[in-house]
Amino acid sequence: MIIEGKQAIWKEYQKEIADDKYFYVRSCVRQNFFPGSETAFLQIMREDLGKDVFEHSCHTTCTGIGYHGDVVPLDTMMTVVARQFALMTESGYENLVPSCITSFGIYTEVLDTWHHFPETEEKVRTYLKKATGREFQIPKNLAHASDLIYKFRKEIAQKAQYKLIDTNTGIPLKAVEHIGCHYAKMFPSKGIGGAEYPYVLSGMIEEWGGEVIDYPERRHCCGFGFRQYLVQANRGYSMSCSHKKFESMEPYHPDLILTNCPGCPMFLDKWQYAIHEMQGKSYGRNGEGIPVLTYEELAGLVLGYDPWDLGLQLHQVPCETLLDKMGIPFDPAKKYCGKNGKDLGHPACNPFEQKKMLTFKD
Amino acid sequence: MSTLYNELKKDIRFEEGLKACINCGTCTAICAASEFYDYDPRVIVDTVQTRDEQKIEELLKSETIWYCGECMSCKTRCPRGNTPGLVIMALRALSQEKGYFVESEKGRQQLFMKRVVGGWILKYGYCLYLEGIGTDMYAEQGPVWDWCQKNWPEVMERLGANYKGDGPGILRKIPEEALDEIREIFKVTGGDERFEKIEHFSKEKAKELNLEFGEGTDNEYFSHIFSHNSNKHNKG
Repeated sequence: MIIEGKQAIWKEYQKEIADDKYFYVRSCVRQNFFPGSETAFLQIMREDLGKDVFEHSCHTTCTGIGYHGDVVPLDTMMTVVARQFALMTESGYENLVPSCITSFGIYTEVLDTWHHFPETEEKVRTYLKKATGREFQIPKNLAHASDLIYKFRKEIAQKAQYKLIDTNTGIPLKAVEHIGCHYAKMFPSKGIGGAEYPYVLSGMIEEWGGEVIDYPERRHCCGFGFRQYLVQANRGYSMSCSHKKFESMEPYHPDLILTNCPGCPMFLDKWQYAIHEMQGKSYGRNGEGIPVLTYEELAGLVLGYDPWDLGLQLHQVPCETLLDKMGIPFDPAKKYCGKNGKDLGHPACNPFEQKKMLTFKD
Repeated sequence: MSTLYNELKKDIRFEEGLKACINCGTCTAICAASEFYDYDPRVIVDTVQTRDEQKIEELLKSETIWYCGECMSCKTRCPRGNTPGLVIMALRALSQEKGYFVESEKGRQQLFMKRVVGGWILKYGYCLYLEGIGTDMYAEQGPVWDWCQKNWPEVMERLGANYKGDGPGILRKIPEEALDEIREIFKVTGGDERFEKIEHFSKEKAKELNLEFGEGTDNEYFSHIFSHNSNKHNKG
Protein backbone atom coordinates (compact mmCIF):
# COMPACT_ATOMS: atom_id res chain seq x y z
CA MET A 1 0.00 0.00 0.00
CA ILE A 2 1.25 3.48 -0.82
CA ILE A 3 0.88 5.30 2.49
CA GLU A 4 1.22 8.78 0.96
CA GLY A 5 -1.71 8.08 -1.34
CA LYS A 6 -3.84 6.87 1.52
CA GLN A 7 -2.99 9.93 3.60
CA ALA A 8 -3.83 12.20 0.67
CA ILE A 9 -7.23 10.55 0.22
CA TRP A 10 -8.19 11.01 3.88
CA LYS A 11 -6.73 14.50 4.23
CA GLU A 12 -9.95 16.16 3.07
CA TYR A 13 -11.81 14.46 5.92
CA GLN A 14 -9.47 15.87 8.55
CA LYS A 15 -9.58 19.29 10.09
CA GLU A 16 -7.05 21.65 11.56
CA ILE A 17 -7.96 22.67 15.10
CA ALA A 18 -5.94 25.25 17.03
CA ASP A 19 -4.04 24.06 20.12
CA ASP A 20 -4.84 26.89 22.51
CA LYS A 21 -6.07 30.49 22.98
CA TYR A 22 -9.71 30.32 22.02
CA PHE A 23 -12.37 33.04 21.82
CA TYR A 24 -15.59 31.38 22.99
CA VAL A 25 -19.04 32.46 21.81
CA ARG A 26 -22.04 30.99 23.59
CA SER A 27 -25.14 29.29 22.25
CA CYS A 28 -28.62 30.74 22.81
CA VAL A 29 -30.19 27.27 22.88
CA ARG A 30 -27.54 25.68 25.10
CA GLN A 31 -27.65 28.54 27.64
CA ASN A 32 -31.41 28.14 28.03
CA PHE A 33 -31.71 24.35 27.94
CA PHE A 34 -28.28 22.98 28.94
CA PRO A 35 -26.48 25.66 30.99
CA GLY A 36 -24.53 22.96 32.85
CA SER A 37 -22.97 21.88 29.55
CA GLU A 38 -21.38 25.27 28.86
CA THR A 39 -20.21 25.49 32.49
CA ALA A 40 -18.66 22.02 32.17
CA PHE A 41 -17.03 22.82 28.83
CA LEU A 42 -15.18 25.82 30.24
CA GLN A 43 -14.16 23.88 33.36
CA ILE A 44 -12.83 20.98 31.28
CA MET A 45 -10.92 23.25 28.91
CA ARG A 46 -9.51 25.58 31.54
CA GLU A 47 -9.02 23.39 34.60
CA ASP A 48 -8.63 19.84 33.29
CA LEU A 49 -6.77 20.70 30.09
CA GLY A 50 -5.14 24.01 31.10
CA LYS A 51 -6.27 25.92 28.00
CA ASP A 52 -6.89 29.64 27.56
CA VAL A 53 -10.55 30.16 26.66
CA PHE A 54 -11.77 33.76 26.71
CA GLU A 55 -15.35 35.01 26.74
CA HIS A 56 -16.27 38.65 26.05
CA SER A 57 -19.27 39.88 28.04
CA CYS A 58 -20.44 42.03 25.09
CA HIS A 59 -20.83 39.21 22.57
CA THR A 60 -24.39 38.41 21.52
CA THR A 61 -26.42 35.95 19.53
CA CYS A 62 -25.22 35.43 15.96
CA THR A 63 -28.94 35.85 15.03
CA GLY A 64 -28.89 32.26 13.69
CA ILE A 65 -32.45 31.25 14.55
CA GLY A 66 -33.71 34.56 13.17
CA TYR A 67 -31.63 34.12 10.01
CA HIS A 68 -32.82 30.55 9.41
CA GLY A 69 -36.31 31.64 10.44
CA ASP A 70 -35.92 34.11 7.54
CA VAL A 71 -36.73 37.28 9.46
CA VAL A 72 -33.11 38.44 9.76
CA PRO A 73 -31.62 39.46 6.37
CA LEU A 74 -28.27 38.10 5.18
CA ASP A 75 -26.49 41.46 5.45
CA THR A 76 -27.73 41.94 9.02
CA MET A 77 -26.58 38.47 10.07
CA MET A 78 -23.17 38.95 8.43
CA THR A 79 -22.63 42.29 10.18
CA VAL A 80 -23.57 40.85 13.59
CA VAL A 81 -21.07 38.05 12.92
CA ALA A 82 -18.47 40.65 11.91
CA ARG A 83 -19.04 42.35 15.27
CA GLN A 84 -18.22 39.08 17.05
CA PHE A 85 -15.01 38.92 14.96
CA ALA A 86 -14.23 42.49 16.03
CA LEU A 87 -14.61 41.61 19.72
CA MET A 88 -12.28 38.64 19.16
CA THR A 89 -9.72 40.83 17.38
CA GLU A 90 -9.88 43.55 20.05
CA SER A 91 -9.38 40.90 22.75
CA GLY A 92 -6.20 39.63 21.07
CA TYR A 93 -7.52 36.24 19.95
CA GLU A 94 -7.51 34.55 16.54
CA ASN A 95 -9.26 31.22 17.12
CA LEU A 96 -13.04 31.35 17.25
CA VAL A 97 -14.97 28.61 19.08
CA PRO A 98 -18.78 28.68 18.91
CA SER A 99 -20.82 26.56 21.31
CA CYS A 100 -23.64 26.22 18.78
CA ILE A 101 -23.86 24.23 15.55
CA THR A 102 -26.24 26.75 13.96
CA SER A 103 -23.65 29.45 14.77
CA PHE A 104 -20.82 27.26 13.49
CA GLY A 105 -22.74 26.85 10.21
CA ILE A 106 -23.37 30.59 10.07
CA TYR A 107 -19.73 31.54 10.68
CA THR A 108 -18.68 29.00 8.06
CA GLU A 109 -21.26 30.35 5.59
CA VAL A 110 -20.13 33.95 6.15
CA LEU A 111 -16.44 33.10 5.63
CA ASP A 112 -17.29 31.06 2.53
CA THR A 113 -19.44 33.89 1.14
CA TRP A 114 -16.68 36.44 1.69
CA HIS A 115 -14.19 34.08 0.06
CA HIS A 116 -16.29 33.66 -3.09
CA PHE A 117 -17.73 37.18 -3.17
CA PRO A 118 -15.05 39.51 -1.72
CA GLU A 119 -17.26 42.53 -2.37
CA THR A 120 -19.65 41.25 0.34
CA GLU A 121 -16.86 41.36 2.92
CA GLU A 122 -16.09 44.94 1.96
CA LYS A 123 -19.77 45.85 2.22
CA VAL A 124 -20.00 44.29 5.70
CA ARG A 125 -16.83 46.07 6.84
CA THR A 126 -18.48 49.35 5.81
CA TYR A 127 -21.73 48.47 7.60
CA LEU A 128 -19.91 47.49 10.79
CA LYS A 129 -17.78 50.62 10.81
CA LYS A 130 -20.84 52.78 10.27
CA ALA A 131 -22.95 51.05 12.92
CA THR A 132 -20.32 50.47 15.62
CA GLY A 133 -17.01 52.06 14.58
CA ARG A 134 -15.40 48.61 14.87
CA GLU A 135 -12.95 46.78 12.59
CA PHE A 136 -11.98 43.13 12.57
CA GLN A 137 -9.64 40.38 11.44
CA ILE A 138 -11.00 37.14 10.04
CA PRO A 139 -10.40 34.23 12.48
CA LYS A 140 -7.35 32.12 11.69
CA ASN A 141 -9.09 29.03 12.97
CA LEU A 142 -12.78 28.21 13.36
CA ALA A 143 -13.71 25.13 15.39
CA HIS A 144 -16.93 24.08 17.05
CA ALA A 145 -16.61 23.48 20.81
CA SER A 146 -17.05 19.73 20.19
CA ASP A 147 -14.05 19.80 17.83
CA LEU A 148 -11.93 20.79 20.84
CA ILE A 149 -13.30 17.99 23.02
CA TYR A 150 -12.60 15.63 20.10
CA LYS A 151 -9.07 17.00 19.72
CA PHE A 152 -8.36 16.41 23.41
CA ARG A 153 -10.34 13.15 23.72
CA LYS A 154 -7.21 11.11 24.45
CA GLU A 155 -6.12 13.50 27.24
CA ILE A 156 -9.64 13.21 28.68
CA ALA A 157 -9.43 9.39 28.42
CA GLN A 158 -6.16 9.48 30.37
CA LYS A 159 -7.90 11.35 33.19
CA ALA A 160 -11.06 9.25 32.99
CA GLN A 161 -12.77 8.21 36.20
CA TYR A 162 -15.48 6.30 34.36
CA LYS A 163 -15.79 4.71 30.95
CA LEU A 164 -18.56 3.92 28.51
CA ILE A 165 -18.46 0.33 29.68
CA ASP A 166 -21.20 -1.55 31.49
CA THR A 167 -19.59 -2.15 34.87
CA ASN A 168 -21.86 -5.15 35.46
CA THR A 169 -20.87 -7.02 32.31
CA GLY A 170 -17.64 -5.39 31.13
CA ILE A 171 -19.25 -4.89 27.70
CA PRO A 172 -18.90 -1.52 25.88
CA LEU A 173 -22.08 0.56 26.05
CA LYS A 174 -23.87 1.09 22.76
CA ALA A 175 -24.15 4.71 21.66
CA VAL A 176 -25.88 6.32 18.70
CA GLU A 177 -24.57 9.73 17.74
CA HIS A 178 -26.29 12.69 16.10
CA ILE A 179 -23.96 15.40 14.80
CA GLY A 180 -26.55 18.01 13.79
CA CYS A 181 -27.22 19.02 10.19
CA HIS A 182 -25.33 22.30 10.10
CA TYR A 183 -22.09 20.78 11.39
CA ALA A 184 -21.01 19.24 8.09
CA LYS A 185 -23.90 18.94 5.63
CA MET A 186 -23.41 22.46 4.29
CA PHE A 187 -19.61 22.61 4.31
CA PRO A 188 -18.34 19.03 4.61
CA SER A 189 -14.66 20.03 4.60
CA LYS A 190 -15.17 22.04 7.80
CA GLY A 191 -16.30 19.08 9.93
CA ILE A 192 -14.16 16.23 11.24
CA GLY A 193 -14.81 13.33 8.87
CA GLY A 194 -16.89 15.53 6.56
CA ALA A 195 -20.50 14.71 5.77
CA GLU A 196 -19.68 11.15 4.72
CA TYR A 197 -17.64 9.94 7.72
CA PRO A 198 -18.49 12.33 10.58
CA TYR A 199 -16.20 11.33 13.40
CA VAL A 200 -16.41 14.16 15.92
CA LEU A 201 -18.71 12.26 18.31
CA SER A 202 -17.79 8.72 17.24
CA GLY A 203 -14.17 9.51 18.10
CA MET A 204 -15.17 10.48 21.64
CA ILE A 205 -17.37 7.40 22.11
CA GLU A 206 -14.69 5.01 20.91
CA GLU A 207 -11.90 6.69 22.88
CA TRP A 208 -13.94 6.54 26.07
CA GLY A 209 -14.75 2.84 25.76
CA GLY A 210 -18.12 2.75 24.02
CA GLU A 211 -19.34 1.17 20.81
CA VAL A 212 -20.83 3.34 18.05
CA ILE A 213 -24.02 1.91 16.58
CA ASP A 214 -24.92 2.63 12.99
CA TYR A 215 -28.61 2.74 12.11
CA PRO A 216 -30.54 3.62 8.96
CA GLU A 217 -31.70 7.13 9.89
CA ARG A 218 -28.45 8.14 11.61
CA ARG A 219 -28.08 11.30 9.52
CA HIS A 220 -31.75 12.37 9.42
CA CYS A 221 -32.53 15.78 10.91
CA CYS A 222 -33.78 15.93 14.53
CA GLY A 223 -36.59 18.13 13.23
CA PHE A 224 -35.88 21.61 14.59
CA GLY A 225 -36.49 23.26 11.23
CA PHE A 226 -36.49 26.68 12.99
CA ARG A 227 -40.02 27.93 12.09
CA GLN A 228 -41.14 24.27 11.98
CA TYR A 229 -40.70 23.82 15.73
CA LEU A 230 -41.16 27.32 17.06
CA VAL A 231 -44.62 27.84 15.53
CA GLN A 232 -47.14 25.54 17.18
CA ALA A 233 -49.06 24.83 13.97
CA ASN A 234 -45.93 23.35 12.36
CA ARG A 235 -44.70 21.24 15.22
CA GLY A 236 -45.77 17.92 13.71
CA TYR A 237 -42.83 18.31 11.32
CA SER A 238 -40.41 18.41 14.23
CA MET A 239 -41.94 15.49 16.08
CA SER A 240 -42.17 13.29 12.98
CA CYS A 241 -38.45 13.75 12.23
CA SER A 242 -37.44 12.68 15.74
CA HIS A 243 -40.01 9.85 15.62
CA LYS A 244 -38.44 8.53 12.43
CA LYS A 245 -35.06 8.43 14.13
CA PHE A 246 -36.34 6.71 17.29
CA GLU A 247 -38.13 4.01 15.29
CA SER A 248 -34.96 3.46 13.28
CA MET A 249 -32.59 3.23 16.25
CA GLU A 250 -34.86 1.22 18.56
CA PRO A 251 -33.97 -2.28 17.23
CA TYR A 252 -30.30 -1.67 18.09
CA HIS A 253 -31.07 -1.02 21.79
CA PRO A 254 -28.78 1.96 22.30
CA ASP A 255 -27.75 2.78 25.87
CA LEU A 256 -27.51 6.47 25.03
CA ILE A 257 -27.85 9.08 22.30
CA LEU A 258 -24.89 11.48 22.05
CA THR A 259 -25.43 14.88 20.44
CA ASN A 260 -23.38 17.72 18.99
CA CYS A 261 -25.85 20.56 18.37
CA PRO A 262 -27.51 22.35 21.33
CA GLY A 263 -31.02 21.92 19.93
CA CYS A 264 -30.92 18.25 18.93
CA PRO A 265 -30.59 16.86 22.50
CA MET A 266 -33.59 18.94 23.56
CA PHE A 267 -35.74 17.56 20.73
CA LEU A 268 -34.54 13.97 21.07
CA ASP A 269 -35.23 14.21 24.82
CA LYS A 270 -38.58 16.02 24.82
CA TRP A 271 -40.11 14.24 21.83
CA GLN A 272 -39.52 10.89 23.57
CA TYR A 273 -41.65 12.24 26.41
CA ALA A 274 -44.34 13.59 24.08
CA ILE A 275 -44.54 10.36 22.05
CA HIS A 276 -44.88 8.45 25.32
CA GLU A 277 -47.71 10.73 26.42
CA MET A 278 -49.50 10.43 23.08
CA GLN A 279 -48.99 6.76 22.28
CA GLY A 280 -47.62 5.12 25.44
CA LYS A 281 -44.56 4.18 23.45
CA SER A 282 -41.07 4.23 24.96
CA TYR A 283 -37.88 3.47 23.09
CA GLY A 284 -35.61 2.25 25.88
CA ARG A 285 -35.78 -1.05 27.73
CA ASN A 286 -38.32 -1.68 30.54
CA GLY A 287 -40.55 1.18 29.52
CA GLU A 288 -37.82 3.76 29.93
CA GLY A 289 -36.60 6.34 27.46
CA ILE A 290 -33.15 6.42 25.88
CA PRO A 291 -30.95 8.93 27.76
CA VAL A 292 -29.78 11.79 25.55
CA LEU A 293 -26.49 13.50 26.40
CA THR A 294 -24.59 16.51 25.14
CA TYR A 295 -20.89 15.85 24.44
CA GLU A 296 -19.98 18.16 27.33
CA GLU A 297 -22.13 16.11 29.69
CA LEU A 298 -20.51 12.87 28.53
CA ALA A 299 -16.99 14.31 28.84
CA GLY A 300 -17.90 15.57 32.32
CA LEU A 301 -19.23 12.17 33.41
CA VAL A 302 -16.10 10.45 32.08
CA LEU A 303 -13.97 12.92 34.08
CA GLY A 304 -15.95 12.23 37.26
CA TYR A 305 -18.08 15.40 37.47
CA ASP A 306 -21.23 15.17 39.59
CA PRO A 307 -24.21 14.44 37.29
CA TRP A 308 -26.27 17.18 38.95
CA ASP A 309 -23.43 19.72 38.45
CA LEU A 310 -23.67 18.85 34.75
CA GLY A 311 -27.42 19.49 34.72
CA LEU A 312 -28.70 15.97 33.96
CA GLN A 313 -31.69 16.82 36.17
CA LEU A 314 -32.97 19.08 33.37
CA HIS A 315 -33.48 16.12 31.05
CA GLN A 316 -37.01 14.81 30.70
CA VAL A 317 -35.68 11.30 30.03
CA PRO A 318 -33.90 10.28 33.24
CA CYS A 319 -30.22 9.35 32.90
CA GLU A 320 -29.91 7.26 36.09
CA THR A 321 -29.90 3.90 34.26
CA LEU A 322 -26.88 5.07 32.25
CA LEU A 323 -25.13 6.30 35.41
CA ASP A 324 -25.75 2.91 37.01
CA LYS A 325 -24.31 1.09 34.01
CA MET A 326 -21.20 3.29 34.02
CA GLY A 327 -20.83 2.80 37.78
CA ILE A 328 -21.17 6.52 38.50
CA PRO A 329 -22.37 7.24 42.05
CA PHE A 330 -25.08 9.90 42.50
CA ASP A 331 -27.30 11.15 45.27
CA PRO A 332 -30.97 11.03 44.19
CA ALA A 333 -31.91 13.34 47.08
CA LYS A 334 -29.78 16.13 45.60
CA LYS A 335 -31.12 15.84 42.04
CA TYR A 336 -33.50 18.78 42.17
CA CYS A 337 -31.68 20.92 44.74
CA GLY A 338 -30.47 24.46 44.17
CA LYS A 339 -27.11 25.86 45.14
CA ASN A 340 -25.88 24.73 48.57
CA GLY A 341 -28.59 22.09 48.73
CA LYS A 342 -31.54 24.54 48.70
CA ASP A 343 -34.86 22.69 48.37
CA LEU A 344 -36.49 23.54 45.04
CA GLY A 345 -39.24 20.91 45.21
CA HIS A 346 -39.39 18.47 42.32
CA PRO A 347 -41.15 18.04 38.97
CA ALA A 348 -44.61 16.52 38.75
CA CYS A 349 -44.70 12.82 37.89
CA ASN A 350 -42.26 11.73 35.22
CA PRO A 351 -43.82 8.98 33.08
CA PHE A 352 -40.50 7.23 32.52
CA GLU A 353 -39.67 7.09 36.23
CA GLN A 354 -43.22 5.95 36.99
CA LYS A 355 -42.91 3.12 34.47
CA LYS A 356 -39.62 2.06 36.00
CA MET A 357 -41.16 1.88 39.46
CA LEU A 358 -44.05 -0.20 38.13
CA THR A 359 -41.59 -2.53 36.42
CA PHE A 360 -39.66 -3.01 39.63
CA LYS A 361 -42.89 -3.71 41.55
CA ASP A 362 -44.06 -6.22 38.97
CA MET B 1 -36.14 38.03 -18.33
CA SER B 2 -38.66 38.58 -15.56
CA THR B 3 -38.34 41.25 -12.91
CA LEU B 4 -38.88 38.82 -10.06
CA TYR B 5 -36.22 36.50 -11.45
CA ASN B 6 -33.82 39.42 -11.68
CA GLU B 7 -34.54 40.31 -8.08
CA LEU B 8 -33.84 36.73 -7.03
CA LYS B 9 -30.57 36.87 -8.93
CA LYS B 10 -29.45 39.78 -6.76
CA ASP B 11 -29.49 37.48 -3.71
CA ILE B 12 -26.09 35.83 -3.34
CA ARG B 13 -27.74 32.74 -1.85
CA PHE B 14 -29.64 32.32 -5.09
CA GLU B 15 -26.39 32.62 -7.07
CA GLU B 16 -24.72 30.09 -4.78
CA GLY B 17 -27.74 27.81 -4.53
CA LEU B 18 -28.69 27.43 -8.20
CA LYS B 19 -26.18 26.83 -10.92
CA ALA B 20 -27.72 24.33 -13.34
CA CYS B 21 -30.35 21.92 -12.10
CA ILE B 22 -30.75 18.64 -13.99
CA ASN B 23 -34.05 17.86 -12.28
CA CYS B 24 -32.84 14.50 -10.96
CA GLY B 25 -34.84 14.78 -7.71
CA THR B 26 -32.01 13.81 -5.37
CA CYS B 27 -32.86 16.85 -3.22
CA THR B 28 -36.44 15.62 -2.84
CA ALA B 29 -35.26 12.12 -1.96
CA ILE B 30 -33.07 13.38 0.90
CA CYS B 31 -35.42 16.17 2.05
CA ALA B 32 -36.77 15.95 5.62
CA ALA B 33 -39.64 18.32 4.76
CA SER B 34 -40.69 16.19 1.77
CA GLU B 35 -41.38 13.29 4.10
CA PHE B 36 -43.81 15.32 6.14
CA TYR B 37 -45.31 17.97 3.87
CA ASP B 38 -46.63 17.76 0.35
CA TYR B 39 -43.36 19.30 -0.71
CA ASP B 40 -40.95 18.84 -3.58
CA PRO B 41 -37.83 21.04 -3.77
CA ARG B 42 -37.11 19.71 -7.27
CA VAL B 43 -40.35 21.29 -8.53
CA ILE B 44 -39.52 24.59 -6.83
CA VAL B 45 -36.12 24.78 -8.51
CA ASP B 46 -37.74 23.76 -11.80
CA THR B 47 -40.34 26.53 -11.49
CA VAL B 48 -37.70 29.16 -10.74
CA GLN B 49 -35.66 28.02 -13.74
CA THR B 50 -38.58 28.73 -16.08
CA ARG B 51 -38.06 32.46 -15.28
CA ASP B 52 -41.81 32.79 -15.81
CA GLU B 53 -42.95 35.94 -13.99
CA GLN B 54 -46.43 34.64 -13.18
CA LYS B 55 -45.21 31.25 -11.98
CA ILE B 56 -42.59 32.84 -9.73
CA GLU B 57 -45.17 35.24 -8.30
CA GLU B 58 -47.45 32.28 -7.55
CA LEU B 59 -44.53 30.56 -5.85
CA LEU B 60 -43.83 33.62 -3.70
CA LYS B 61 -47.48 33.64 -2.57
CA SER B 62 -47.62 29.87 -2.03
CA GLU B 63 -47.54 27.65 1.04
CA THR B 64 -44.81 25.46 -0.42
CA ILE B 65 -41.84 27.81 0.07
CA TRP B 66 -42.50 27.78 3.83
CA TYR B 67 -42.27 23.99 4.25
CA CYS B 68 -38.46 23.73 4.16
CA GLY B 69 -36.72 23.28 7.55
CA GLU B 70 -33.38 24.64 6.26
CA CYS B 71 -31.51 21.53 7.45
CA MET B 72 -29.55 21.86 4.18
CA SER B 73 -29.35 18.10 3.62
CA CYS B 74 -29.94 18.95 -0.06
CA LYS B 75 -26.59 20.76 -0.19
CA THR B 76 -24.65 17.60 0.61
CA ARG B 77 -26.36 15.39 -1.95
CA CYS B 78 -27.00 17.50 -5.06
CA PRO B 79 -24.79 16.05 -7.83
CA ARG B 80 -24.55 19.50 -9.43
CA GLY B 81 -23.60 21.44 -6.30
CA ASN B 82 -26.91 23.26 -6.01
CA THR B 83 -28.64 24.04 -2.71
CA PRO B 84 -32.43 24.22 -3.00
CA GLY B 85 -32.45 25.30 0.68
CA LEU B 86 -30.58 28.47 -0.29
CA VAL B 87 -33.00 29.06 -3.17
CA ILE B 88 -35.79 28.82 -0.59
CA MET B 89 -34.08 31.44 1.58
CA ALA B 90 -33.89 33.81 -1.38
CA LEU B 91 -37.56 33.15 -2.24
CA ARG B 92 -38.65 33.76 1.34
CA ALA B 93 -36.68 37.01 1.49
CA LEU B 94 -38.32 38.25 -1.72
CA SER B 95 -41.77 37.08 -0.60
CA GLN B 96 -41.42 39.26 2.51
CA GLU B 97 -39.97 42.16 0.53
CA LYS B 98 -43.00 42.16 -1.80
CA GLY B 99 -45.55 41.44 0.92
CA TYR B 100 -46.60 38.18 -0.74
CA PHE B 101 -45.92 36.10 2.39
CA VAL B 102 -49.27 37.06 3.94
CA GLU B 103 -51.10 35.30 1.08
CA SER B 104 -50.31 31.88 2.58
CA GLU B 105 -51.19 30.36 5.95
CA LYS B 106 -47.57 29.31 6.56
CA GLY B 107 -46.14 32.59 5.28
CA ARG B 108 -48.27 34.61 7.70
CA GLN B 109 -46.38 32.90 10.55
CA GLN B 110 -43.43 35.21 9.83
CA LEU B 111 -45.04 37.72 12.18
CA PHE B 112 -44.51 35.21 15.00
CA MET B 113 -40.85 34.77 14.08
CA LYS B 114 -40.35 38.53 13.85
CA ARG B 115 -42.06 39.43 17.11
CA VAL B 116 -40.73 36.55 19.20
CA VAL B 117 -37.24 35.67 17.92
CA GLY B 118 -36.63 39.14 16.44
CA GLY B 119 -37.96 40.70 19.63
CA TRP B 120 -35.63 38.67 21.86
CA ILE B 121 -32.62 39.55 19.68
CA LEU B 122 -33.23 43.30 19.91
CA LYS B 123 -34.39 43.35 23.54
CA TYR B 124 -31.96 40.88 25.14
CA GLY B 125 -29.27 40.03 22.56
CA TYR B 126 -30.29 36.36 22.48
CA CYS B 127 -32.29 34.40 19.88
CA LEU B 128 -34.02 32.60 22.74
CA TYR B 129 -34.78 34.00 26.16
CA LEU B 130 -36.99 31.41 27.75
CA GLU B 131 -37.88 32.35 31.31
CA GLY B 132 -41.68 32.43 31.35
CA ILE B 133 -42.09 30.37 28.18
CA GLY B 134 -44.05 27.45 29.56
CA THR B 135 -45.79 24.24 28.64
CA ASP B 136 -48.98 26.17 27.85
CA MET B 137 -47.31 27.11 24.54
CA TYR B 138 -44.88 24.18 24.31
CA ALA B 139 -46.63 21.20 25.93
CA GLU B 140 -43.96 18.71 24.86
CA GLN B 141 -41.45 20.41 27.16
CA GLY B 142 -42.98 18.37 29.98
CA PRO B 143 -42.98 18.41 33.79
CA VAL B 144 -39.22 18.85 34.21
CA TRP B 145 -39.45 22.08 32.19
CA ASP B 146 -42.37 23.20 34.38
CA TRP B 147 -40.18 22.65 37.44
CA CYS B 148 -37.33 24.46 35.75
CA GLN B 149 -39.58 27.44 34.89
CA LYS B 150 -40.87 27.60 38.48
CA ASN B 151 -37.30 27.81 39.80
CA TRP B 152 -35.57 29.49 36.84
CA PRO B 153 -33.07 31.82 38.66
CA GLU B 154 -32.18 29.11 41.21
CA VAL B 155 -31.72 26.42 38.53
CA MET B 156 -29.51 28.77 36.53
CA GLU B 157 -27.47 29.62 39.62
CA ARG B 158 -27.09 25.92 40.49
CA LEU B 159 -25.64 25.23 37.03
CA GLY B 160 -23.12 28.04 37.04
CA ALA B 161 -25.03 30.66 35.03
CA ASN B 162 -24.66 34.40 35.54
CA TYR B 163 -28.38 35.00 34.98
CA LYS B 164 -29.06 38.70 34.42
CA GLY B 165 -25.65 39.44 35.96
CA ASP B 166 -22.86 41.76 34.85
CA GLY B 167 -19.72 40.41 33.16
CA PRO B 168 -19.41 37.19 31.14
CA GLY B 169 -21.38 34.01 31.65
CA ILE B 170 -24.52 32.09 30.78
CA LEU B 171 -27.60 34.28 30.13
CA ARG B 172 -25.75 37.32 31.50
CA LYS B 173 -27.31 40.73 31.02
CA ILE B 174 -25.83 41.88 27.74
CA PRO B 175 -24.72 45.51 28.33
CA GLU B 176 -26.99 48.19 26.90
CA GLU B 177 -24.16 49.63 24.78
CA ALA B 178 -23.74 46.20 23.11
CA LEU B 179 -27.49 46.00 22.47
CA ASP B 180 -27.39 49.51 21.00
CA GLU B 181 -24.75 48.31 18.54
CA ILE B 182 -26.93 45.37 17.50
CA ARG B 183 -29.91 47.72 17.05
CA GLU B 184 -27.79 50.07 14.95
CA ILE B 185 -26.63 47.13 12.81
CA PHE B 186 -30.28 46.22 12.19
CA LYS B 187 -30.96 49.83 11.21
CA VAL B 188 -28.00 50.13 8.84
CA THR B 189 -28.24 46.73 7.14
CA GLY B 190 -31.96 46.44 6.40
CA GLY B 191 -32.98 44.37 9.43
CA ASP B 192 -35.35 47.07 10.69
CA GLU B 193 -36.80 47.50 7.22
CA ARG B 194 -37.56 43.76 6.99
CA PHE B 195 -39.24 43.87 10.40
CA GLU B 196 -41.33 46.90 9.43
CA LYS B 197 -42.50 45.24 6.23
CA ILE B 198 -43.55 42.10 8.10
CA GLU B 199 -45.57 44.26 10.52
CA HIS B 200 -47.09 46.40 7.77
CA PHE B 201 -48.28 43.58 5.52
CA SER B 202 -49.48 41.51 8.49
CA LYS B 203 -51.62 44.41 9.71
CA GLU B 204 -53.18 44.79 6.26
CA LYS B 205 -53.92 41.08 6.10
CA ALA B 206 -55.46 41.04 9.57
CA LYS B 207 -57.86 43.76 8.42
CA GLU B 208 -58.77 41.72 5.35
CA LEU B 209 -59.34 38.59 7.47
CA ASN B 210 -61.31 40.62 10.00
CA LEU B 211 -59.04 39.54 12.86
CA GLU B 212 -58.09 41.86 15.71
CA PHE B 213 -54.49 43.07 15.32
CA GLY B 214 -52.38 44.57 18.07
CA GLU B 215 -48.85 44.82 19.36
CA GLY B 216 -47.19 41.93 21.18
CA THR B 217 -48.48 38.39 21.38
CA ASP B 218 -51.89 38.87 23.00
CA ASN B 219 -54.15 39.55 20.05
CA GLU B 220 -56.42 37.55 17.76
CA TYR B 221 -54.28 37.64 14.60
CA PHE B 222 -51.11 36.61 16.44
CA SER B 223 -52.82 33.71 18.25
CA HIS B 224 -54.34 32.62 14.95
CA ILE B 225 -51.08 32.47 13.01
CA PHE B 226 -49.34 30.65 15.87
CA SER B 227 -51.81 27.83 16.24
CA HIS B 228 -54.01 27.62 13.14
CA ASN B 229 -53.42 24.58 10.95
CA SER B 230 -55.79 23.96 8.06
CA ASN B 231 -54.31 20.47 7.75
CA LYS B 232 -54.04 20.89 4.00
CA HIS B 233 -50.26 20.69 3.93
CA ASN B 234 -49.48 17.01 4.17
CA LYS B 235 -49.49 14.22 1.67
CA GLY B 236 -52.86 12.56 1.37
